[in-house]
Order: sequence, then C-alpha cells, then structure tokens
Amino acid sequence: MPAALELQNVTKQYPGAGGAPAVADLSLRVEPGETCVLVGPSGSGKTTAMRMVNRMVDMTSGDILIDGRSVMRSDPAELRRHIGYVIQNVGLFPHRTALQNIGTVPQLLGWPRERIVARARELADLVGLDPALADRYPGQMSGGQRQRVGVARALAADPPLMLMDEPFGALDPITRDHLQGEFERLKERVSTTIVFVTHDIDEAIRLGDRIAILREGGGLAQYATPGELLLHPADAFVEEFVGADRALKRLALMQVSDCELEPVGAVPAGSAAMRDDTSLRDALAALLSDPDGRLPIVDAEGRPIGVLALETVHAKLRVEAGAPSPG
Amino acid sequence: MSALASILSDFGEALEFIFTERESRAGGSEIGGTQLLGLLADHLALSAVALAIGIAVAVPLGIWLGHTGRGTFLAVGIANVGRAVPSIALIALFFAFLGTGFVNVALALALLAIPPILANAYVGIRLVEPDTVDAARGMGMTGPQIVRRVELPLALPLVVGGIRTSAVNVVATAAIAPLAGVSSLGDPIIAFGVYGESGRLGASIVVAAVAVATEVTFGLAQRLADPLPSTRRTVPA
Ligand SMILES: Nc1ncnc2c1ncn2[C@@H]1O[C@H](COP(=O)(O)OP(=O)(O)OP(=O)(O)O)[C@@H](O)[C@H]1O
Ligand SMILES: [Mg+2]
Repeated sequence: MPAALELQNVTKQYPGAGGAPAVADLSLRVEPGETCVLVGPSGSGKTTAMRMVNRMVDMTSGDILIDGRSVMRSDPAELRRHIGYVIQNVGLFPHRTALQNIGTVPQLLGWPRERIVARARELADLVGLDPALADRYPGQMSGGQRQRVGVARALAADPPLMLMDEPFGALDPITRDHLQGEFERLKERVSTTIVFVTHDIDEAIRLGDRIAILREGGGLAQYATPGELLLHPADAFVEEFVGADRALKRLALMQVSDCELEPVGAVPAGSAAMRDDTSLRDALAALLSDPDGRLPIVDAEGRPIGVLALETVHAKLRVEAGAPSPG
Repeated sequence: MSALASILSDFGEALEFIFTERESRAGGSEIGGTQLLGLLADHLALSAVALAIGIAVAVPLGIWLGHTGRGTFLAVGIANVGRAVPSIALIALFFAFLGTGFVNVALALALLAIPPILANAYVGIRLVEPDTVDAARGMGMTGPQIVRRVELPLALPLVVGGIRTSAVNVVATAAIAPLAGVSSLGDPIIAFGVYGESGRLGASIVVAAVAVATEVTFGLAQRLADPLPSTRRTVPA
C-alpha cells in the first residue's frame, strides 16, 4: 500500500551555517501513489529535505508524517527499512554482487534465503538488468547498470514510500533518457509513493505528478502539477527556472488526440501520416517542416481519423493558457 | 679467499647444528637438532599469545575509533609512538618495571604488536567510501550491522596487513625472550657458553626463516581477505 507523506513547516539549520537554513519552513503533501519531484538549483536543499524524511538528517523544527504518523516516533533504522532509498551517488556495496546488493533490505528484515534470492531476481528483471550481470560486482558494471541495481535495491522490500536522489544524475543523455522511459513504465508496475530529486526541470516535468520547486535557501517557490507550473509560474524565479521554452514543454505534455482535428478528406498528397498518440511537440516540429502546415492523422491501427493543422496547435496553446481563441 | 672459506665453514657448522644433535659445550645435555624443535614450539607459543593479545586489543579499538570517527589523535599518536620507540627499548623498559616471566614477556611483545594493527584497522575503516556507509545507514542498518556487513569486510585486507607487520615484528623480537628468563629460539643466540658459535648462527638462521615464513603466510591470508573480485579476473562479456 503506497503511503501518504506530509511535510509540515519543516526547517533544517545545519550547525555553523551562519544562520541561513538549508530548508526553510517547507510544507507539502504527497498523495499515496503519487510521484513528487523536488527540483531546484544546486544547494537549494533538495537532498536535505529528502533525507529528513528517513531521518538521515534530523530536522530542526516542524514535523514529517507518513500515513499520519510522525517519523520521529519510529526507531530510525526500523523506519529506513520501510522506506526505499536511492542515494545521490548510488552507493552500492562494492564487496557484494548485484543480487546480494538488491537483497540487502529483505536480509535485514530477516526474510528466508530462498525468498530473498527469488525477490532479488524478480527486481533485477523489473529494472531491466541483464540476468548475466546478476553475480557481477559493482566494479564490473557500467554506470547505467549500477543505477538499475540501485533502484532495484531500493524497491526490494516493496516499500510504501521511496526516496530517489538524482538517480539518473551522473549518466550520459542517451542512457538517461532510456532509464527515464523505464522509470515511467516501472511507476505503473509498482504502487509506491515516490519522492524524486533532480535539478533537471525537463526530467521533473516528464516524471513528476507534482513538482516542488525549491529556491536558494530551501524555500518552496511553487508546488503544482507540471501543466500548472508551465502555464502559471508563480513568480519570476519559477518562470526563469522552467525556461523560456515553456510553451514547447507544455506541448510535450499533450498529444495530438487532445486537439480537434479537421475532417479527413482534405489530406494533402505526399504528407506522411502521424499517429494520434504523438506528442504535440513532435507534431509541431513536423508541421513546421510541412509546406502546407497540415498533416494526416491516423489511429493506433493506422486508420485515418483527421487532419491536424498548424493553427490548431497554436490555438490549443492559447485555450490552455486561458486566452480567447481566435474565431 | 680464506675469509670466504671460513664463512662457508661457519655456515656448514651452523647447518649441521640445526639438523643434528650433539652434547652441549658444558657437557651433559643434548643441544641442536631435535632440541631446537622444543625451542621453536616455545618461540611460536610465546609469539602466538603475544599476537593474540595484540589483536584482541588493537582490532576492536581500531574499528571502534574508525567507525565513530573519534580518536584520530589517539590512533595516529599510538602508531607514531610505536614507530618511534625501538622494540628492544620498549621491552627493556617493560622488564625493568614488571619483571620477567612468560606473562610479562608476552605482554611486552603484545605492546609491540598493537601500534601497526591499531593504525591499519583505523585507517582501513576510515577508507571505506562515505557513500557506501551512507547507503548502508539509509537501508536501515544499525551501527554494529554497518561494521559487520560493510566496514569490516572492506577494511579486512588492511587489518590483516597490520597483523602481518606485527606478527613478523613479534616473531623476530621474541628471540630476546631468554633475557627475561623465557625460553625461545633466542636461547642459543644468548647462551653462548652452552651453544657456541655454530649454535648462535644456527639459531639466527632459524629465527630468520620463521620470520620469512610468517611474512609469507600472512601475505597469503591478506590476499584471501580481499572481498573484492580480483582485478586480474577477466569479466565475461
Ligand atoms: N552536513 C552538512 N553540514 C552543513 N551544511 C550542509 C550539510 N549538508 C548540506 N549542507 C548545506 O545545505 C545546503 C543544501 O544542501 P543540499 O545537499 O540539501 O542541496 P541540494 O539541493 O541537494 O544540492 P545538489 O543539487 O547540489 O545536490 C547547502 O548550502 C549545503 O552546503
Ligand atoms: Mg543533492
């Protein structure tokens, strides 16, 4: 059962930090099963905020509730065994194989041996780890493979809550994109509440159900769904952080099927058809390079269902933004 | 040429002393040959007791200091004092205050064994990647579990390395035990009147051989203690 997580006016003041808190009066609620992404510039307190949840860092004031129960009421080691945790630099045990690493928490929980091994294999498969790597040591794996093991290890005991600190941070863009795609599929197969830290706004928009943007000094700048964030940035900081191309990012969140199509028939000859589950961002790119700015659209079975026009996409953006649509 | 010949003949007599018994110079008892086996057993027993005491004190202390991150001053200080004070001086000092006998000699040798083991255990634990320890804590391991499952296995080669250094020191230094009335392979070296020149040289050769054997044995143990896959092993594609 996924857990509900609530941060109530949480503040962290590291000793000797000259008065400036690392996290300041942070309040937010994550619903069961949701993925909440903490995003912000380096040093904005993302890791600190996350580590207060499993008490790796002690909060100075405020409270954190998991399913309504304060984390301060649990023994820290016991609490951590029920919260999956992927640390910022993976931190696999170098003297243990991939499977042994994955089985760490079940072992701590005293599961029988056969069940641990079976579970470790299941998880390795779930995160797409090549079975040939099961008995390799971390030093014998690539960065991407280690990341997979790190995620599998955090998921092994089926935790109701999972903390992931920049799990894809140190990877090249292609591997990163690949693992992000796998993460999206993984989210559908495991029911767990996830807090995910990144400093990459595109990753946040892609993976988050809700995004908390932190600013320097650990304050919450905005907490909203990706769509709301792009449409209505709370202030200049958020606007700059999400970037000047936020219209394009919004299009990336929508599909062709979200638009009203023109009737079939007026299909211009020579234009390649596009499926209706294409993102509007990709559709726009295709429309811009089409001489007529019109593309035939087909459904998943390849049947023509209409025509998408450049103006339609533009109008869609304006409707979403609340502006009166022309015509 | 004659100098070389005399050295060779000394060696020959020493080897003969090692392998065959003869009557002692003072008359009466048998020396050399199998009599050395008794001395060897005494020597090894004394060294083993001293090393065991050293390990029992220094390994837990070094691990604890390393794990808590406390006592850098203490660990480094003891290691440096250990390096600065010559072993003979340490032992002479010890006899002067505590007197002679097996227990005292064993304690003196244990004192000699402690600094390298302590320093290596401490450094071995401190050298474990902070991220690895952080992950262990984040998975819900308790302090003792982190030590047993993560820090100690990763520090083990260094811990054994410290024991190796101390073992060789102790085995070599145990040769002076007869000065404090405890039997060891040092007997023929010290009791010249009984053993003569060939006995002194023969026993020295045996002590050196025991030290080398100790070095080799613990070197092997150190390699076996490494929990990481050998870097030379080829990874299947
Ligand atoms: N153990 C600590 N002691 C003192 N100050 C700390 C400690 N850990 C973090 N800080 C400070 O707290 C602030 C927030 O750090 P934190 O690691 O939470 O940032 P972050 O948002 O995760 O950054 P990054 O994106 O670089 O990982 C920083 O100014 C950092 O220097
Ligand atoms: Mg961080």
